Amino acid sequence: MILVTVGMQLGFDRLIETMDQLAPSLGMEVIAQVGRGEYTPRNMEARISIAPAEFEQLIGRCQLIVAHAGIGTVLTAQRFGKPIVLFPRRFDHGEHRNDHQVATARHLDGRPGVLIAMDETELPARIDEGLSTNAGDAPISATAAQLRQAIGSFIETGKL
Amino acid sequence: MLLRETLEAYDVAFATTDAKIAAQRGLADADILPDCNQNTPLKAFLCAVVAAKIILKHRPHIVLSTGAAPGYFCLLAGRLVGAKTLWIDSVANGEELSMCGKLSKKTAHACLTQWEHLADGSAVKYKGAVL
Repeated sequence: MILVTVGMQLGFDRLIETMDQLAPSLGMEVIAQVGRGEYTPRNMEARISIAPAEFEQLIGRCQLIVAHAGIGTVLTAQRFGKPIVLFPRRFDHGEHRNDHQVATARHLDGRPGVLIAMDETELPARIDEGLSTNAGDAPISATAAQLRQAIGSFIETGKL
Repeated sequence: MLLRETLEAYDVAFATTDAKIAAQRGLADADILPDCNQNTPLKAFLCAVVAAKIILKHRPHIVLSTGAAPGYFCLLAGRLVGAKTLWIDSVANGEELSMCGKLSKKTAHACLTQWEHLADGSAVKYKGAVL
């Protein structure tokens, strides 16, 4: 199953519509948390919001997450060892108050289990890659190792 | 939670605002603080009192906080009993440091951001990120 999520605050029709069009070709169930958008999906199960406990259950049983570039979602994907495709909200499409999701996506590009689709045309290929990724086996990222080391050093020496 | 492995080698106590999440992650003995923010001054006062109690109970040598206001109160209370204090600004703050992160520049012994472009070359350092 593929889980699509756009967060609880804003709708994100560009992602939902693209996923709805791709859904029949993906060969598996697609469940989408769509927020308050205008577009009504036809090819996937769509819910405006999903309670946290059920959301975690769905994350647990999905094979891939496709989401807006929200840090909370990235952290959840990492906690469950699931690959995630990030599709950033864009200011020029009126999808957020600025382009911080584009910046976030650029920063996270290349991290284990994180794939970036900057627009609709890139989404199918990233989904394919994501479905063949096993993020659970991914080593911890270099930046996470660096942070752990810095904290260890602070604990031991009181300095970073 | 993401740093838990790093902390396992030490005698560590956790404090959080959400007892449910603590229990879910196998930390049933975590100390619980009331949540608060800059718009809830009464709760903030209560939270500061609880933070002080938790610190006096454990007398930690080191206080690490990843936010937010309740974590900052623990850090301040820790500072008052002589602990070394480290603020780790949440990776969610990619545009600017959180308010408590900014306060911690002056009040904590060290302050980390998880975004390289938010490091300022002096008080705020970047040394990696949980992601």
